Amino acid sequence: MILAGLILIPFLGGLLCWQGDRWGEAPRWIALATMVAVLVTALALWAGADFRLADPGAAAWLRELRLPWIPRFGIELHLALDGLSLVLIALTGFLGILAVLCSWKEVQEGIGFFHLNLLFVLGGVVGVFLAVDLFLFFVFWEMMLVPMYFLIALWGHSEPGGKTSTYAAVKFFIYTQASGLLMLAAILALVFAHQAETGELTFSYEALLATTLSNELALLLMLGFFIAFAVKLPVVPLHGWLPDAHAQAPTAGSVDLAGILLKTGAYGLLRFALPLFPEASAQFAPVAMGLGVFGIFYGALLACGQKDIKRLIAYTSISHMGFVLIGIYSGSTLALQGALVLMVAHGLSAAGLFVLSGQLYERLHTRDMTRMGGLWGRLGSLPGFSLGFAVAAVGMPGTANFVGEFMVLFGTFPAAPWIVVLASGGLILSAVYALTLMQKVYFGPAQKSSPLPGLDVREYSMMLGTFALVLLFGLYPQPLLDTTGAVMSNVQRLFEVPAVSSTFNLGGK
Amino acid sequence: MMEMTVSLLPLTFLLPLAGTLLLAFSAGRLGERGAVWIGTGSVGLAALVTALVGADFALGNAGPQTLTLYTWIAVGEFAPSIGLRLDALSLTMLSVITGVGFLIHWFAGWYMRGEEGITRFYAYMNLFVFSMILLVLGDNLLLLFLGWEGVGLCSYLLIGYYYQNAANGAAAMKAFIVTRIGDVFLAVGLFLLFTQFGTLDIAELVTRATQAWSAGEPLAQLAALLILGGALGKSAQLPLHTWLADAMAGPTPVSALIHAATMVTAGVYLIARMHGIFELAPAVLYLVGMIGAVTLLMAGFAALAQTDIKRVLAYSTMSQIGYMFLALGVGAYSAGVFHLVTHAFFKALLFLAAGAVIVCCRHEQDIRRLGGLRRRLPLAYLSFVVGGAALAALPLVTAGFYSKDEILWQALAAEQQGLLIAGLLGSLLTGLYTLRLIVGIFHGEPKSKAAENAQPGRGPQHSVPLLVLAVLSTLLGAWLRPDLSAVFPAAPGADAHAGHTAVQLIASATAIIGILLGAWLFLTQGPKLARLAAEGAGAFFWRWWHRAFGFDGLYDRVLVRPFLGLVQSLRRDWLDAFCGLAGQLALVLHAGLSRSQNGQLRHYAIATVVGATLMVVILARA
Amino acid sequence: MSGIPMEHGLMVASALFAIGLAGLMVRRNLMFVLMSLEIMLNAAGLAFIVASTAWAEPHGQVMYLMVITLAAAEASVGLALVLQIYRHFRSLDVDAVSQLRG
Repeated sequence: MILAGLILIPFLGGLLCWQGDRWGEAPRWIALATMVAVLVTALALWAGADFRLADPGAAAWLRELRLPWIPRFGIELHLALDGLSLVLIALTGFLGILAVLCSWKEVQEGIGFFHLNLLFVLGGVVGVFLAVDLFLFFVFWEMMLVPMYFLIALWGHSEPGGKTSTYAAVKFFIYTQASGLLMLAAILALVFAHQAETGELTFSYEALLATTLSNELALLLMLGFFIAFAVKLPVVPLHGWLPDAHAQAPTAGSVDLAGILLKTGAYGLLRFALPLFPEASAQFAPVAMGLGVFGIFYGALLACGQKDIKRLIAYTSISHMGFVLIGIYSGSTLALQGALVLMVAHGLSAAGLFVLSGQLYERLHTRDMTRMGGLWGRLGSLPGFSLGFAVAAVGMPGTANFVGEFMVLFGTFPAAPWIVVLASGGLILSAVYALTLMQKVYFGPAQKSSPLPGLDVREYSMMLGTFALVLLFGLYPQPLLDTTGAVMSNVQRLFEVPAVSSTFNLGGK
Repeated sequence: MMEMTVSLLPLTFLLPLAGTLLLAFSAGRLGERGAVWIGTGSVGLAALVTALVGADFALGNAGPQTLTLYTWIAVGEFAPSIGLRLDALSLTMLSVITGVGFLIHWFAGWYMRGEEGITRFYAYMNLFVFSMILLVLGDNLLLLFLGWEGVGLCSYLLIGYYYQNAANGAAAMKAFIVTRIGDVFLAVGLFLLFTQFGTLDIAELVTRATQAWSAGEPLAQLAALLILGGALGKSAQLPLHTWLADAMAGPTPVSALIHAATMVTAGVYLIARMHGIFELAPAVLYLVGMIGAVTLLMAGFAALAQTDIKRVLAYSTMSQIGYMFLALGVGAYSAGVFHLVTHAFFKALLFLAAGAVIVCCRHEQDIRRLGGLRRRLPLAYLSFVVGGAALAALPLVTAGFYSKDEILWQALAAEQQGLLIAGLLGSLLTGLYTLRLIVGIFHGEPKSKAAENAQPGRGPQHSVPLLVLAVLSTLLGAWLRPDLSAVFPAAPGADAHAGHTAVQLIASATAIIGILLGAWLFLTQGPKLARLAAEGAGAFFWRWWHRAFGFDGLYDRVLVRPFLGLVQSLRRDWLDAFCGLAGQLALVLHAGLSRSQNGQLRHYAIATVVGATLMVVILARA
Repeated sequence: MSGIPMEHGLMVASALFAIGLAGLMVRRNLMFVLMSLEIMLNAAGLAFIVASTAWAEPHGQVMYLMVITLAAAEASVGLALVLQIYRHFRSLDVDAVSQLRG
């Protein structure tokens, strides 16, 4: 029941916020309380569970909820929790709090409806992380899009004479909706294939895991799933929506997008695309890794050329998700674990950067970096935090990003040395774009000498909390690794058997 | 008792870390005095702890050992720990970092007086000391890499300390990115070694490597080459050396600590630490020596043609690190590390003295605008003379002589005559540029108002660090030679003695000739030299050397500009535009079809008629 | 009645239909458009009558009653719209009323 609670809390909280609009600031507090409740529930689950006992081999859920929904089509309300979903739900809870806090001053119109949308997105995401019925998963997958559309369209920033927030929202919606359609088709095809094989019509994940498919069909269905998740991750060349959505979205929207929504893509790959189609995924792995490397470079090169600070951060996300993609398809536990750490790390550090750019915007009323400069001495402790998060984006040792990136690279090297060598080149570019950001915003002659308002308690504690987590997981990532160890080795085992095939050996060794 | 002191070892880096945190969270409430006290005090205490541990180690109470604090990451056999390795090499480095670091922190209190953001300065400096200590104490390569990147970050922050000048920020970026290129090589080296041996623990790794690989094994060569790439970047050796001269944009104590005494020598430390791998790759080891020799000559010529005090010192640092690489290249690791230690003393002294001159002359650091400061700044003059003598390896009385002589002798013993000759030529050049620097600053007439009105620095903050370093740069410093025989294999010249005296004599002679020639040239022939440098071939060489053989321009044309061009051309995100074509197509179709929806009732009627007629015709046909 | 051959009756109906259609397509005044429609409806009605007479079947007459009803309904709605359009646009030019273009 606690799983249904995890999903229901944000949805109920959202409705309350909507109704709470008549009492002025009340929706903010309701939303905050809701997200704290989600985080506390997740942490309580975390504290109460023992992950090492998870039986290797079988998909072992820590908690499960199974209710009939549409029995005629074999659809169930089937929620299940394991280490992977738990970590991501906790991240959702934390970033949800961050998103509520960072819009405290930024959003002044339609407070109730804003928080309704925000909490519905988060509720949808929690649902995505919990659902193991494929139909239910698809429902939640679509459910998080609509409120996100409103967040971007209604509370976004429009550039004068440039792209409007509606444009960005529509682009986001079309990309994700069209790819969702592919996934739906793939889900249905898989379900019917399963029915043809066993005579049982079911959308249950565990049942479908056992489906045997012909090579071509498996590859085709895997691609359906892959494209849906690749749009979310995003994988170049399906990344077009991300920079626009990020640049135009309100800060809270960017935090959610970068911190959590991108992770649903990676989660989907880990939970569905790989386990459901192990052979096809293994065949596809070289291509996926190639796309990952390409994404690392493409994202980084574009990040170097941006003037809009939020676009820059958006492109760095693309670059970082390239590492995640490589890690997911490397077929080694070390790299899979690294991909998870990197997901969490990027969630925190990108969210931190977006919140910072929101704070800069509140003070300077511009996102254009050519109009900043020399801000180091004028903003109190904000530059210090910017430095911290920029350094995390560089992958400086001591931050969680380093642990993630290097675990991915260490884990992938035996399987695909050349991919790793190329990806390592991306580490140079990450230094270039992160330092370019610092250089343009903080270095140079100050444009005015008057000090700008520093961080207040709310902003300071947001930044400090996020950065402390980045450092904590950088210096002691073991809690994360222990939690997801069993899940990742399961994924790896599924992947390993077919990976022996010669197509997988990219390297010369 | 023994357990006691060694367990204090983590304090050496925790104290500076505590200093950093305290300063970072003080948000300016501490004031200048408080910041100086905390910044200097934490490093001072770390030095004290180092002295305690070092004393126990020297007395034999504590042997080489590993102190594991906790496991950093554990996934399968990938389990790097946060562990400290205490042996003669790490202790030597630790002493240099905390000892020289403490003196420089102390001096910085004088140098930075009244600057904006002094809290920030000390926070970075302490963070640097923290990272550098982790670099040398780390018992596995990943922890070493943590320190390695950490010092790079601090170097970036401190070069860009005067943030209001965008050029400083650019110099800082350049330093970080160029070293980062090297770091990527090192990282790939790490991946390779881990894949081969399943461990990152340095001692374990070297043991397994020596068992699995024979000398000259291609993979060993590759691994050594990759590690060398990292070392080249950090230690500013060819071809990744271009950042060091620009790094002089930072405050002078920073140049003394990071860009002379400690961080830039991290490459030397790395190669020395990983010598087991390099022993398996003789070709790469030879390459190390060659790079050292070429760099020391190149930097020596470049130092001759600089006009900025700090740039002269920067190129001379590069040149001296070239000597260290040369030593490593002939297998004389111990000599390389010895030169690292003495170089830390005398180059820190020179930089601090340069800092004293710069502050006293209101931040004038162009040699052509100084001069005649001999009487006004006696302490700085003394420091420059002592430090310069050590740099030029004045025989018998200076520390630099003993370490450099050792290197040259080992080069001969290893039968690398080419390297020996390069080393001798370099020592001639060293004498020349040192004299040019000292004569330019302290002799002749003051050439600017700032030099005429120089006010000597006062107070123990200013004088004590200079005096201590000056003493360490003399013969006394050479007595502190660390005994590294337990860490390194025997050097090529360990048993042989033939020709040692001859080398010593030749080296002494070269150094003295260099110094005398420099004195004669720059004291008496000044105007003639200026004319020579202004026209014809002289002018060509002057410009060429001044630009350090044009590497900057070359990289700018070959790498930087194409990169920027690529970035510019990609800025519009063509792939996104390509995917947007689907949307464009829909818009075109929309435009076409919407034209037919023109709201003219009669057109609709006509269309209906035409349509109906067509239907009838088609149906009638069928 | 039987003296008139069916072909003649149908020809008259077609001619009426063609006149109505032509009026629909070329007239710009809404009143005339409406009248053309009426003519076309009546032409169709005439065709029904002719056919039912020729085959001695009552269905055609029944259909004609329906056509009349339809024409009356159409005229009332159409005239009401025409009135509204005139009030709104102060014109009965059908080309001027092209607000529904895409």
